[in-house]
Order: sequence, then C-alpha cells, then structure tokens
Amino acid sequence: MLLTTEDVKKMAYLARLGIETNDLDSYTKDLSGMLDLMTRMNELDTEGVQPMAHPLDQTQRLRVDVVTEVNQREHFQVIAPQVEEGLYLVPKVIE
Amino acid sequence: MHNKTIKELADGLRSSEFSSVELTQYFLTRIQQHQHLNAYITVTEDLALQAAQVADERIASGNATLLTGIPIAQKDIFCTLGVKTSCGSKMLDNFIAPYNATVVEKLNHAGAVMLGKLNMDEFAMGSSNENSYYGVAKNPWNTTAVPGGSSGGSAVAVAAGLAVCATGTDTGGSIRQPAAFCGITGLKPTYGRVSRYGMIAYASSLDQGGPMTRSAEDAAIMLQAMAGFDEKDSTSVDHPVPDYSQGLNSSLVGLKIGLPTEFFGEGLSRNIATALDIAIKEYQCLGAEIINISMPTLTLAIPTYYVIASAECSSNLSRFDGVRFGYRCENPVDLADLYTRSRGEGFGREVKRRILMGTYALSAGYYDAYYLKAQKIRRLISDDFKNALSQVDVIMSPVTPTNAFGLGEKTADPVQMYLEDLYTIAINLAGLPAISIPAGLSADGEGSTPMPVGLQIIGNYFAEAKLLNIAHCYQQVTDWHRHMPNGFE
Repeated sequence: MLLTTEDVKKMAYLARLGIETNDLDSYTKDLSGMLDLMTRMNELDTEGVQPMAHPLDQTQRLRVDVVTEVNQREHFQVIAPQVEEGLYLVPKVIE
Repeated sequence: MHNKTIKELADGLRSSEFSSVELTQYFLTRIQQHQHLNAYITVTEDLALQAAQVADERIASGNATLLTGIPIAQKDIFCTLGVKTSCGSKMLDNFIAPYNATVVEKLNHAGAVMLGKLNMDEFAMGSSNENSYYGVAKNPWNTTAVPGGSSGGSAVAVAAGLAVCATGTDTGGSIRQPAAFCGITGLKPTYGRVSRYGMIAYASSLDQGGPMTRSAEDAAIMLQAMAGFDEKDSTSVDHPVPDYSQGLNSSLVGLKIGLPTEFFGEGLSRNIATALDIAIKEYQCLGAEIINISMPTLTLAIPTYYVIASAECSSNLSRFDGVRFGYRCENPVDLADLYTRSRGEGFGREVKRRILMGTYALSAGYYDAYYLKAQKIRRLISDDFKNALSQVDVIMSPVTPTNAFGLGEKTADPVQMYLEDLYTIAINLAGLPAISIPAGLSADGEGSTPMPVGLQIIGNYFAEAKLLNIAHCYQQVTDWHRHMPNGFE
C-alpha cells in the first residue's frame, strides 16, 4: 500500500476531520487505491507545460471598493448553532 | 400532463386549458404517489401553490415567460431562501438557507414554480446517488439500478414525471451521467456561463449548473432563464447570452462530427457501442460528416480530475466547522474537538475520503507531484480539445461505459466508481459545454431490462446554442426522448 495509517492520521489532523480508530485501516486502503490511480499521471512528461488553473484562463475580476451589502447579522445568526449577544459561541480557547 | 414538455404546458396555460395551480397540484400528488423513488429531499407544497397562484395572475395579465407557472424542482445544492438546503449531507440537515442562489432567483423571476429540493450525492460527490445522507434515489426504469449521480434526484424527477424539468450541477459528469442513465436531456454549459453564486461549492474550477429536461427544446428554454453574467460570482464570464431557441432547427448539412478513437475502444460495452452507432448513422442521414479523431491525453483525465477536484474540495469544505451554521457535535470539550468531531460526524465516507486525499495532494512536499502535475495535464487535455475542435464542429461520444449499474455494485471500491466518469470528466477539465441526450433503449444481456443509452455531444466554448440545435434535430427524427419508464407513462 502506498500510504500508512500514520499518513492518514496526519491528513485527518491537518483537515480537522475526526476518523474513528476502527476505520483507519479501511481509509488507508481506500486512499492508497486512490493514490495509485493518481500516480498514473506520471506516464506523461509535462516538462515546460504551463499549469492551468481556470478553463478560460481568466484572471480575477476586480470591483470598485464600495459598500454593496447591508449588515444582516441577526438574519445570518438565526441558523448558527450557538450565539450570544450577536457573537458566535465556541468552547473556551484561553484558560 | 406529466409527460409534456415546457413548450406544450406553456401553451396549455396560455389557452386556459388548465391553470398553474391545477398543474402544480397534479405534480404534488404525483410526488406523493411515487415517494418510494426518493427523488425529493424536501417538498415545498405551500410555497409551490402560492407561486402557482401568482403565476396564474401573471399569465392572465399577459406578461408571462415560457416558464411562468411551470412546476420545476431544484437540486438541493442551490440555496433557497427560507427552505432547507442540505446538499445531501447530514452536515447541512439543519441548514435553512438565508438567501437564494442566483439560479434560483432567475428561475423564480421567470415565474417557474418550485415543487421542492432534489436528492443528490453528498456535496455532489458521487456517480450513483448512493452517497446521499437521505438514501439513494431509485431509477424509475429499474428500481434495482442506480439513477446516476450526483444529480440523481433531478434525473429521477424528470424521468418519472415528478417535475417538468430540474436544475442539476456538473463537476465531472453529474448532469450528463444521470441524464443518460434515466433517459433525459442534460446540458452542462461552458464553465462560467451559469452563475455559481449560492450553489454550494465542491470543486470551484469545475462546477457548473445546467438544465435537466425532457427535450433539447426545453433545455434551451431553461438555459435561457439560467444563463448570464453575475457580479456575485467572481468566475462568471461576461459573454453575451444568445437566443437559445432561435437556431434549434438549423440544418445539419455539412456538420463535421469528430469521434475520438479513445472513447470508442476498450471499456465501452457492446450494447452502448451498437446504440451509438445507430445514432451516429442518423446524424449522417441528416447530412453530417463523420471524422475520426485522436485525443491521446484523454486517458489521463480521471487521475487528473480526482487530484484537482479533491484538492479544491478539501479547501472548499473547510468552511463547515460547526461554528456559524450546519451541524455541531454534542458537548465539545475544546475548539479542536468541536471542529474535529463536527466534521467527522457531519460528513459521510466519500466526502471524508476526498477531503483527506485533497489534503494530501496539497500538503507540503506533495504539491508539485500531484496538484501542479494535474494542472499541467489539465492544460494538455484542454489543448487536445482545442486541436480537435479546430478540425471538427462538435465531438460525439458515449456518456457512460455501461447501462445504469445495480445498487451496491460499485460501492466497495471508490476507484471502481471513479472509472464510471471516463467519458464525461475531461470536458469539465477543459471547461467546455456538453449535452447528453437519449439515444436508445438497450439491454446489456439476455433477460435484462432495456435501459436508456445516452449520446454525448461536446462543443466549443459558448457553443450551447449549436449543441441544442444538433440535439433538437435528432429529437425531430427520433422519439427516444419521448419514452417514459413502465408505470410512469
């Protein structure tokens, strides 16, 4: 296999993604298979090829720096898991 | 009424044969009757009937569009103000969108009546609809087969007559493949043609919304309402929108059709090859010229796509963190626990696999080997298409290697599922428009159920009108698009 469970644990940590210990082996197997598929890209020599990020090679459009949106804090916070006095609540970060 | 096209129903509404309220009620009843297909995640009955009433008034006052009063449905990836927008995920099971996607806004503005929100693979990741948190939508042609994905619910709703037409999105084939499996017409427009604002992002450089309909003529009507520049989408292209219905009947005499040898060789099942052969002969009868072409880099489209799509998804889906909206785990002990468990519990397995894979491809030491390499091959694939489309007007190919496969058949190994996207994926990498149209009913063995076969037509950038013209001419001389599954006629 191309990957180890340690690799998968590292990726899960970087992505802040909880993976059950019981599932680590099956993720390692699946991701190794996916990586094996991806290494097929090495069949092609891409020396000197310009990478393509946008299908139409467009660059980022700029807009005039003016206010276009109104504050909708209450409207957006209706769907938040936990808010208090207009602030999003999360567990204590600083002891 | 459920087997009629937008055009036919719009005529009926105008001549007061029936009202939009009656039409809407008729579809709502059908949705109820065919709940077992699991096409809808949410049915918005009250909103639909209100919208239908407004549509009836608008028709009476004489300022209606062809879509006014027509019952349609939205893929549950498009944000709908005040209506649950789940994206097929537990992560957004509690998410009531606070605004409308531009596509929703535009279709509402045209007067279309939204019946509800359609089932899909979680975050549009999948080729079978089996990755939906809400369970798989069933293919009405054979309920033991998948409907395709990720816009599976959209294809099922249109094929079974549970909506006149529907929206879909296509990142690697998610409009075209389910359209092919369910026997409907599905168009993926040029990247940037339809606004992505309010369309929940999976892979931003590939995602594109489009129409899923009963005919090319309907797709033209629907695309007309959906397309156009949008300031709110930074990747929207400011390019004029033509009249998509105007040239539908233009002659195909002298049309040059390219057939890539890479798409008709090994891996394509015999019954599909035979059906497409007949369809292509039909085009020759219409005056088209067939030219064999070669596009050698196509064979690397799958690995290239899965690197780029996974990388972009790992970045896009980082916004789901349990803080501002969406799922939050119970009793988090600290912030890291809140992020990790909310994401671990909120996302399904395929989404997690792609986030992990994308994180790997973008991580220090691997970026050049995977992401950059994939972007370079993307350039070569795009060049291959440019070269081919300088020799021919359009390219034709299969949409899928086989008929709709059985439920559970490909869920054990993700790579097997990825190989399904062989014929559709390269088009997204190049950003080109492509349409899938029904081109036959074919059984893949003795005793098996005849299933729809799709033909893919790929055109140059912004050539949607040409694709619709080519599809429409075929639908004038064949009736595959008119077939409905048994029990749904």
